[in-house]
Amino acid sequence: MDYLQSLPRRWVTVYVPLGVFLIVLLFPFYWMVITSIKPNPELLDHERNPFWVLAPTLDHFKKLLFETEYPRWLYNTLLVSVASTALSLAASVLAAYSIERLRFKGAKSVGLLIFLSYLVPPSILFIPLSTLIFRLGLYDTPWALILSYPTALVPFCTWLLMGYFRSIPFELEECALMDGASRMQVLRKIILPLSVPGLISAGIFAFTLSWNEFIYALTFISSSEMKTVPVGVVTELVDGDVYHWGPLMAGALFGSLPVAVAYSFFVEYYVSGMTGAMKE
Amino acid sequence: MLERLQNSRQAFGWVLLIPSALLLLGLLAYPLGLGVWLGFTDAKIGSAGEWVGLENFAYLLTDDVVQLAVFNTLFYTLLASALKFGLGLWLALLLNHHLPFKSLLRAIVLLPWIVPTALSAIAFWWLYDAQFSVLSWLLRWLGVIDQSIDFLGDPMNARFSTIAANVWRGVPFVAISLLAGLQTIPPALYEACAIDGASPWQRFVHITLPLLTPIIAVVMTFSVLFTFGDFQLIYVLTRGGPLNATHLLATLAFQRGISGGALGEGAAIAALMLPFLMGAVLFSYFGLGRRSWQK
Repeated sequence: MDYLQSLPRRWVTVYVPLGVFLIVLLFPFYWMVITSIKPNPELLDHERNPFWVLAPTLDHFKKLLFETEYPRWLYNTLLVSVASTALSLAASVLAAYSIERLRFKGAKSVGLLIFLSYLVPPSILFIPLSTLIFRLGLYDTPWALILSYPTALVPFCTWLLMGYFRSIPFELEECALMDGASRMQVLRKIILPLSVPGLISAGIFAFTLSWNEFIYALTFISSSEMKTVPVGVVTELVDGDVYHWGPLMAGALFGSLPVAVAYSFFVEYYVSGMTGAMKE
Repeated sequence: MLERLQNSRQAFGWVLLIPSALLLLGLLAYPLGLGVWLGFTDAKIGSAGEWVGLENFAYLLTDDVVQLAVFNTLFYTLLASALKFGLGLWLALLLNHHLPFKSLLRAIVLLPWIVPTALSAIAFWWLYDAQFSVLSWLLRWLGVIDQSIDFLGDPMNARFSTIAANVWRGVPFVAISLLAGLQTIPPALYEACAIDGASPWQRFVHITLPLLTPIIAVVMTFSVLFTFGDFQLIYVLTRGGPLNATHLLATLAFQRGISGGALGEGAAIAALMLPFLMGAVLFSYFGLGRRSWQK
């Protein structure tokens, strides 16, 4: 209906509010960047314009990468995210195929149960899970995270993949079955190749969620060299009352980059996955 | 053996569910039950604990800090969700116009939702710093205030500051999800309505809102549940302070159960969230729209 509006009116009702939204949404990122390259004297200067930096420096990044265990945290986070994503995807593909395509008795109720399990927040589970993790001897190992993250990822991925599988015509599957293919062959050679976009959506979703996870990583990991980036930055870079804002911001920025990059490559998949799952 | 198994849809269906079932039953359903059970014990870190019946709950319900945390959690959830809904819907409507660089805009808008919350919370921590806050600097420069604002040191300020950070993170999710719903509304409806002489506001109330209700229900259910269980933002920004003014049930459970070592008490605090969560789920299940997962 935009043709009903004159240009000045459009500026007031659309462009200006949108501009304000964008500035507010992006300002914290700008602030992270500017803080991470500001030398300390400028950071602690009350008077000068704080929005700009006069003598940019990479000292904070140097301190972060060479004087802290940050590279190790990056490695841990990557390991845990990739492993839990792979595990969740594998489990979800099988579950979604079973619920959506084999349609055994009770498939509907299983689907509903899986959906409901998505609504249980980790903040209810972390205390009992920590006792369980301890009893299993997984405390302070990457396995604690690799196994606990999928509890939040499997429900979502299964739900998303069920939607994708539903759109694949039954006839293709029936043809293959008539030609003598087994169910696993049908899944591997027909269903999976046709649902690559869905797999990418689910994968990118699971990856960003694992990368961002905080409460499990905070509770199940205690030694510094096992921590993930979000937990490491929050708990290890703050010593006492002295906040090293430069390295802190550099750490926050650096830890956000991998997900931001992964996301920017697959943004269309991410959005379609998110909104597709909402519409189901 | 495997060949024959695959021919039975019934049996093979259950076999394919085994990996997910192991994960979800073992690490989600079992801990959920274990958590409720722990709430009835005096378990501490390092000791299994004994059954104490309702003692934890009887004590917790008279505890001022717990009462305050329940109030904070509801205040935080209601205000943040209302703001996220209002601003999110507005942003979705703005993005639904014909704009240049549409998909780029959408990608940028979603950024706050993508980056790790713990890390963006650190940026907010610095933005809210008592001495060096750039927000205070800006307001001082504009002449609105003389003194720096103590964003996180004053109870009421701290509540609103944490809510603002939560809204900043949640608006993109609401906006992009609602935008997808807006795009499914046929333009012909708006045109017919405009020809009949309806104002933009009438078009919004009589076409957009009714057709968007089902997706609003789903999106807001998720948004409310995520906000209700929020932990990391508070943990990074205030750890529940000042004077417990920003403690949510999740952060209090962590403080007493993990940092304090009183697992039973912490589990009981976390279990206090269950009735509210079930209420929210039932409300959206029965009260709002029919989705395919209900059929």
